[in-house]
Amino acid sequence: MINKIVQSVADALAGVKDGATVLIGGFGSVGQPDALIEGLIEQGAKDLTCVANNAGTGRVGLARLMELGRVRKIICSFPRSAGSVVFEELYREGKIELEIVPQGTLAERMRAAGAGIPAFYTATAVGTLLARGKDEREFNGRKYVLEQALKGDVALVEAWEADRWGNLTYNQSGRNFNPVMAMAAETTIAQVQHIRELGELSPELVATPGIYVQRVVRVDRGAPWV
Amino acid sequence: MQPYTRAEMAAKAAADIPEGWVVNLGIGIPTMIADHVPLEREVIFQSENGVLGMGPAPEKGREDPWLINAGKQMVTLRPGGSFCHHADSFSMIRGGHIDLCVLGGFEVAENGDLANWATSENDTAPAVGGAMDLGAGAKRLWVVMEHTTKDGRPKIVERCGYPLTALGNVSRVYTNLAVLDVVQGLGFVVRDIAPGLSLEELQAKSAAKLHTRA
Repeated sequence: MINKIVQSVADALAGVKDGATVLIGGFGSVGQPDALIEGLIEQGAKDLTCVANNAGTGRVGLARLMELGRVRKIICSFPRSAGSVVFEELYREGKIELEIVPQGTLAERMRAAGAGIPAFYTATAVGTLLARGKDEREFNGRKYVLEQALKGDVALVEAWEADRWGNLTYNQSGRNFNPVMAMAAETTIAQVQHIRELGELSPELVATPGIYVQRVVRVDRGAPWV
Repeated sequence: MQPYTRAEMAAKAAADIPEGWVVNLGIGIPTMIADHVPLEREVIFQSENGVLGMGPAPEKGREDPWLINAGKQMVTLRPGGSFCHHADSFSMIRGGHIDLCVLGGFEVAENGDLANWATSENDTAPAVGGAMDLGAGAKRLWVVMEHTTKDGRPKIVERCGYPLTALGNVSRVYTNLAVLDVVQGLGFVVRDIAPGLSLEELQAKSAAKLHTRA
């Protein structure tokens, strides 16, 4: 019997290695796997490269992980949100590396990794600072830059429902980066609010097929704190 | 002289959006544009976080924290609206499926360049978000911004001094003093001036030549 459901957050995060690249879902706090991030703080892995849209807010979650000195590098599109105090301190002091990626390129780099595409050309960022050092090529009279796939060792995602095969559904705009990150990592760990029996989820509504998911843990999170 | 308020700037842009367009609105004044498009004129608002068909702000007591826009404000979904993941959302944007994107700006140049994400090459951790994807991918790019900086420096320029977001794609600018078209090969063309302001006064607050329609 295939059963990807684990009983605790600690079990879900077992084995995350030092130096790992960790993809973290969510857009702001919506669809952000808070319990798994807390679990990663407890788990202890360090020297991490974290990929997320934002660079954490306040002094909890991803911001706490950074404050503890466990994040070597962050790859994101929007590091400077309201309340991203920890990131700004660390960045000013030169204690964290930053790679800024346009949001669509960030999503596409992970989709590409999940789809077996090593690199792709895009018109985004052509002629800007973010295209510096990248190969440029013209197709049909328009310029494009070459961007590389971005693969994770681990993805931490938040979903709404799951079954024991790892099929996932999402709640409204809680979907965001989660399905893309789920397909881009070696080990995808999903935090979900509801566990359903196999066959109970409508196959038409499964947004992340279980093939992309390795571990599932149920967490009563409630609503995001917008 | 009567500069346009932020709401008036948003309303002016809203009045120029025809029924049927799919529109992505940036953070700040652009977000306010949606409030000025009547529901019966069916314009489909897209949000980069995977929401297509956003409706007005929720009534008090009916807010849903699972339904937010790119500015992380709670919104609603219209009948016909749908959700998708980030790669699909940015496929809409990068694949040329968005009729119009409206962004805020630091500077717009007469060649249609936009600078709106970083104030210098050494900016401490600038935040680009989806601006470069939208700037390169939307069919049309409009900018809504103040005509000058707080200390009076023109934001309408010959060439952008700040790092670029998008090259040559801006086709219209709505400011608190005027509405300008950006015409390739010509430059800024005045469509509208705030009440009580002369063309000479507007030109004096701009660092690029303003043209008038023949």
